[in-house]
Amino acid sequence: MSSDRRDFVLTAGKLLVLTAPAAAYLEAVETGKAEEPAYKMAEHYWGMIVDVDKCIGCGNCVRACKTENDVPVEPYFFRTWVERYHVAEGAEHPDVDSPDGGYSGFPEKYAAGDGAKSFFVPKLCNQCAHSPCTQVCPVGATFESPDGAVLVDKSYCLGCRYCVQACPYGCRFIDPRTKTVDKCNLCYHRITKGLTTACCESCPTGARQLVDLKDPKDPVHDFLRDHKIQVLKPQLATGAKVYYNGLDGSVR
Amino acid sequence: MEEGLLHAVQGFMYPNEVELQWSILIVLYPFTTGLVAGAFILASLERVFNVQAVKPTYRLALLSALAFLLVAPLPLQLHLGHPERSLEMYLTPHTSSAMAMFGFIYLWYLMGVLVLEIWLDYRKDMVLLARSETGWKKTLYRVLTLGVDNISEESLRIDDKLGRFITIVGIPSAFLLHGYVGFIFGSVKANPWWSTPVMPIVFLFSAIVSGIALVLLMYMLVCFLKGISIDMPCVDTIARYLMYAFLIDFSLEMLDLIHRIYEADESFKSLDFMAHTQLYTSQIIVQIIFGTIVPISMLAFIQVVKLSEAARKGIYVLAGLLTLMGIFAMRWNVVIGGQLFSKSFLGYTTYKMAFATKEGLLPAILLMILPFGILWVLVKVLPPFEEEKAAV
Repeated sequence: MSSDRRDFVLTAGKLLVLTAPAAAYLEAVETGKAEEPAYKMAEHYWGMIVDVDKCIGCGNCVRACKTENDVPVEPYFFRTWVERYHVAEGAEHPDVDSPDGGYSGFPEKYAAGDGAKSFFVPKLCNQCAHSPCTQVCPVGATFESPDGAVLVDKSYCLGCRYCVQACPYGCRFIDPRTKTVDKCNLCYHRITKGLTTACCESCPTGARQLVDLKDPKDPVHDFLRDHKIQVLKPQLATGAKVYYNGLDGSVR
Repeated sequence: MEEGLLHAVQGFMYPNEVELQWSILIVLYPFTTGLVAGAFILASLERVFNVQAVKPTYRLALLSALAFLLVAPLPLQLHLGHPERSLEMYLTPHTSSAMAMFGFIYLWYLMGVLVLEIWLDYRKDMVLLARSETGWKKTLYRVLTLGVDNISEESLRIDDKLGRFITIVGIPSAFLLHGYVGFIFGSVKANPWWSTPVMPIVFLFSAIVSGIALVLLMYMLVCFLKGISIDMPCVDTIARYLMYAFLIDFSLEMLDLIHRIYEADESFKSLDFMAHTQLYTSQIIVQIIFGTIVPISMLAFIQVVKLSEAARKGIYVLAGLLTLMGIFAMRWNVVIGGQLFSKSFLGYTTYKMAFATKEGLLPAILLMILPFGILWVLVKVLPPFEEEKAAV
């Protein structure tokens, strides 16, 4: 009996001593410490360029986004959507519509040559550098990633909806299935693998382009230099990183 | 989730805006915390500024504050998509979030101020009750005293000194509690209906107004139920304070309104349209006319014309009820009104309140009845009136 106890203590002691190096070894094996990660956050800074004049309102981006990111199909949940502006000369307000977020394209509404200008404006999360939405999250479930994407940790979100209120652009919604917030994350699962976003991939005219502001070879640098660029609601100083080319002053 | 939501939209809203985010439950939250802060500030008047006239309501005000403070987080909890994660606000708070920091202010106010002050004020009573009562009541009071049963002159003097200190700390805490609720809304720069630096101050003064009205009504109701005669100098004084606080509150709100009208920034036309359509009844009629101007006029009338006791009582009850209705409408107009217009300033929606759903009218009504139930229990356990204490 006493020797049993002695054995037990000895074995347990040995095991205990061996536990630390064993755990460290196991961790190294499991995390694959030897391998360098393929994606390095510090090397990227994501944004998007939207060329308003190139958008034809086909709705490809909206459909691709909903499919790729499993966005609820109801017409009030969008990670990206397209608005149609119709600005008559001298009118106090532009006439704006976005039937089903542009999911099915835009039915003809205005007669050609009615003297007004008409154009489409794709919208998505602006991946703000000083985002008012992440600022208000009570638990930090939504945050600005070092690579410039504004992300949501769904396993942490309380569903308090404060961030939805704080977004000036209407980019957030509560997913009725998970009861947590959702928004465009620039197809984070794709861009970290070297792919572009679903919306950019499916845009037939190249009106939307994912850009990496930290990549010196990205054509975005030339584009930003050669065009008159604007962001949405610049007066709110959110540091929006979706850059619009050819944005009309009437766009809200 | 039906197509019907889209029919409520007038003009253009961003697609994700069609669904309203914050319901009537979020209206209850600033309403109840406002009652708490107001009731406490009234109670503090007696303690810190030695206003003897309001003394009969001191303990009742504290107990009312506690009853409403206990209920205040419930509508928030019910509203969360994941209530089981709410503790994360305390465990891993995001320090830049007004909402997260409010959790700590709430906890501080509840445990550091209100419960402590009530405990100190009632300690002597609880010790005496623990001695005189029998059975489970004896145990209850013994537990409530936390085993501190020294009621010597010296000990009570320390209680009083401590209580006074806590009240002094409590006043800025009460200001903070409700001013902070205002900040939660006032700091949302995306929403021009909310985003104004006067929001915390407006919230604070409307809180004081609602708290005073609540204590006034509760005092008269408890007196009526218990058959105690109402201390008229006391209610006269409270009514006068109500009028003063109301005048400051109304001036601040009008200042905000005039400022908006005069500046007429990019959001003005949109908000102005909303105030004349969707919000017309709740804002202009209920809040401003019947919830503010009428009760202020009634209270002012009493200051000028000498009326009989019965007439004054009647006016106080009516003015108190109208005040509470007006302040509730103010919370409604802030919370719901702030969501009825599009942040594109090009469209509007309406709020359709459900009834027997998680965020419907029924839970809201139950949540408003609950504090009165808690107060009833508190008054039973901790009798707030001197007369009753003498009878023990």
